[in-house]
Amino acid sequence: MHNSPTLDEYSAAAARRLFRQRYAIDEQVLGSLLEVALSRGGDYADLYFEHRSSSSIAFEEQKVKTASGGITQGLGVRVLSGDSTGYAYTEDLSLASMRQAAATAARICDRGSNPGPAGVVDGAGPDRYRVEQPSIEVSSADKLALIRRADEAARAYDPSIIRVNVSFVEEVKHVLVATSEGRLAADYQPMLRFNVQCLSEVGNSRQMAVDGGGGRLGMEYFIDHPPESIAREAARQAVTLQRGVDAPAGYLPVVLGAGESGILLHEAVGHGLEADFNRKKTSNYSDRVGQQVASELCTVVDDATIGHGRGTINVDDEGNAGQENVLIRDGVLQGYLQDRISAKHFGVAPSGNGRRESFRHYPMPRMTNTYMLAGQSTPDEIIHAVKRGLYAKAFSGGQVNISNGDFVFSVTEGYLIEDGQVTHPVKNVNLIGNGPDTLSKVTMVGHDFTLSDGRWTCGKDGQSVPVGVGIPTVLVSGITVGGTQQ
Amino acid sequence: MSARPPAASSQAPTGFGRAAADELLTVAEDVCRQARTAGATDADVLVGSGTEFSVTIRRDEVENIVEASSRALGLRVIKDGRVSISYSSDFTPAALRQFVADAVERASISDVDEAAGLPDTGEFGSLDAAGLELYDSRLASVDAGQAIELARRCEQAAFAADARITNSGGAGFGRTMGIRALVNSRGFSSWYAGSSASISAEVMADDAEGKKRNDYWYTADRFFDRLESPEHVGRRAAERAVRKIGAKKVPTRAVPVVWDPEVSRTLAGLLAHAASGELLYRRATFLLDLEGQAIASPLLNLVDDATLVSRQGTQPFDGEGLVGRRNDIFRQGQFVQFLLDTYTARKTGRASTHNAARGTGGPPTVGTTNLLLLPGASSPQEIIGSVDDGFYLTELLGFGDNITTGDFSRGAGGLWIEHGQLTFPVAEVNVSGNLKDMIRGLEMVGSDVDYRSATVAPTVKIGQMMVSGL
Repeated sequence: MHNSPTLDEYSAAAARRLFRQRYAIDEQVLGSLLEVALSRGGDYADLYFEHRSSSSIAFEEQKVKTASGGITQGLGVRVLSGDSTGYAYTEDLSLASMRQAAATAARICDRGSNPGPAGVVDGAGPDRYRVEQPSIEVSSADKLALIRRADEAARAYDPSIIRVNVSFVEEVKHVLVATSEGRLAADYQPMLRFNVQCLSEVGNSRQMAVDGGGGRLGMEYFIDHPPESIAREAARQAVTLQRGVDAPAGYLPVVLGAGESGILLHEAVGHGLEADFNRKKTSNYSDRVGQQVASELCTVVDDATIGHGRGTINVDDEGNAGQENVLIRDGVLQGYLQDRISAKHFGVAPSGNGRRESFRHYPMPRMTNTYMLAGQSTPDEIIHAVKRGLYAKAFSGGQVNISNGDFVFSVTEGYLIEDGQVTHPVKNVNLIGNGPDTLSKVTMVGHDFTLSDGRWTCGKDGQSVPVGVGIPTVLVSGITVGGTQQ
Repeated sequence: MSARPPAASSQAPTGFGRAAADELLTVAEDVCRQARTAGATDADVLVGSGTEFSVTIRRDEVENIVEASSRALGLRVIKDGRVSISYSSDFTPAALRQFVADAVERASISDVDEAAGLPDTGEFGSLDAAGLELYDSRLASVDAGQAIELARRCEQAAFAADARITNSGGAGFGRTMGIRALVNSRGFSSWYAGSSASISAEVMADDAEGKKRNDYWYTADRFFDRLESPEHVGRRAAERAVRKIGAKKVPTRAVPVVWDPEVSRTLAGLLAHAASGELLYRRATFLLDLEGQAIASPLLNLVDDATLVSRQGTQPFDGEGLVGRRNDIFRQGQFVQFLLDTYTARKTGRASTHNAARGTGGPPTVGTTNLLLLPGASSPQEIIGSVDDGFYLTELLGFGDNITTGDFSRGAGGLWIEHGQLTFPVAEVNVSGNLKDMIRGLEMVGSDVDYRSATVAPTVKIGQMMVSGL
């Protein structure tokens, strides 16, 4: 496990070299493709080259069930004419196919020809996910050793753990973005994810739980996150659920545990602040910049700069630098998550949030790592403040209706709070609230800010991107809990 | 994000006929042969080639036109009981040679799995694809101008339908066309072409409290001529949005719940998921040990049917080359059987039900084709009319289901029913229960059938569920 890779291979420079050497994509080719893209009079064009190498190991019943892997590569060409987008892509990086994709995207316009793009110029970006030990260079035997450690730890946690599934997923993505405004950006984007799923069986009662993590890093992830601790956490949740009582139904105070509850921010405010919805005035946050949209205790940021974070990016998929953006400060809405089209509409700089799933997709405003800053209270004070309510600790996901702001999140580990004490675990339960309403009911914020370990994926209009979430312990004075006990 | 209709799209410059299929089959057969030469005991190769074309407009202006053709190849290698899955989109001979070598090498990472492998020779088969009417070559002739026009008509109809419609999330036309070819080392080699098109719209209204109330509608079919008119789609989207104006929470209590087909489809999908052979051998479904038992209302009939002519989920053969067929999942309330692919069948000592789903990027998994919750005798009006005080559910949010235990808890929206009439709109509530109780409490099943999507379910009524709000 201690071979020393040539780290140069894992950098933006390597991304540029890969496309140049393997596919002969140099400045001249970029210029000529942009020229074709603008040949019918578009206002702007960009090229997004992607080379993605993925592999995964699926482990079940104490055996490697399947080893998977593959490479996808391609080019997406976007041409803008006003607010209209023409988009085409190809997996074939031959010059003829790339030119054809550019010509197809160009058809969004029929104004005749344009003067053509400026030459592209390199810009050096930050390096927020320097990998110490690329997993892709590590032998499968070493990965298997980690997987087996997780499997054993989960089984050893409790005799009721009868099945353990472990997966190790890694990806190395090289991207190159060239724009008709002369920007050229390259990036190397690693991703590692380790997942453990446990089934606890007691008599006829079966409970399943999952835990996992990862981020934009290599095998060094496991130094701070030994596979045993991830496995024990999954096993602990499954065993805890065996004692679960029916969850309450109705409008109750809810204490959100630090970390994963950041899902609430992602759903309650994050999506609603994506600038495309606000440009179209289809979000319940439209026209509300400068207004109080949350309790004064809430400061919410979207931060692409966290080292090695799952949602972290050096540059976004339009070639703009990823950055830290304050969305809500002391409860007041500061601004939106911008991509190029929306930034132009609002007359602001792009905020580095133009992201896409792959070269087959055009970019949209998306979140990176979204979290709430720490407050003053201790977690104990917060729980003690609740007479009867719910303490929500782990989640499987959430969803929001952008237009009316109603959002849900699904609690996989939650407990009753009775007279200021955490008591019984509850069965899986859904919570529903309304973005601005729920955030106005944040009455206490803990000092224990925690970033959830990297395992979240965000879906929008059929496109998935990796994201991060985080939050300190927070009290929401009222939210509708979807249990069965009245 | 908000729920939206499935995006469909695509363009066929050359069409997907015999010539295109032969080219793909040649590549697939060559890859399969190479894998055997490189040491694979068995192999199968799935090749997909297709085009996508979609147009979205919003407030009469073009937002996006996406047009592309693409192809991909997935290879499964079984080497002495060890399995690997590999995928690529680079079809150049040199790249494929390297790809096959890597794939065979990758299998050595896996452990020997007795249940792994292809179906047995002699099990393979295919329905006559031409007779199933899965591909509409005419779709290719719809150009960007026509697509924009269809989308504009749809959105305009929504605005025209009701003055309270104040904004649009967009309207669109999309199509996909393509070929799927499967070849394996035990002699199976077949293909079929498929197409799908859709027209959709999402619009919104403002209510007095300043909240926006949105909803959508869409039409989808394999054949262009069978799409509903764009005007009809726009009007339905508008009707669904304006009926939400003024939506409010209701007090928490247990009531009868009538499920609109848009959401009863979700119920059908959850039941089919619980009947998946993967959850059976993983002991992770609430249907475990219940085969053959009458566990649901006699009104529950759930079927998976790959053989229906021209429907969205129809397929001549499954992801492993087994002939498409019809399987009962629930018959008159009895849980008949699990859905199985070859692997899960071998793991559980059963026979495959020909339900292997497969994409080029992964291994075969258990999936449904056309999943049908069969219609009953009651009209939707009769069902609503039977409820004195209850909830008409039109929208579900979130993923709060636990298929292992059957616990169901989701965000919900809809309309309240009083004395058999739909009255005021309801939002920001949860609806909860346990799937075992819910299927036992299925009291009425509607006669309404809509084949827009591969999962088809009518209006249904469940006697009692918890609705939590205030």
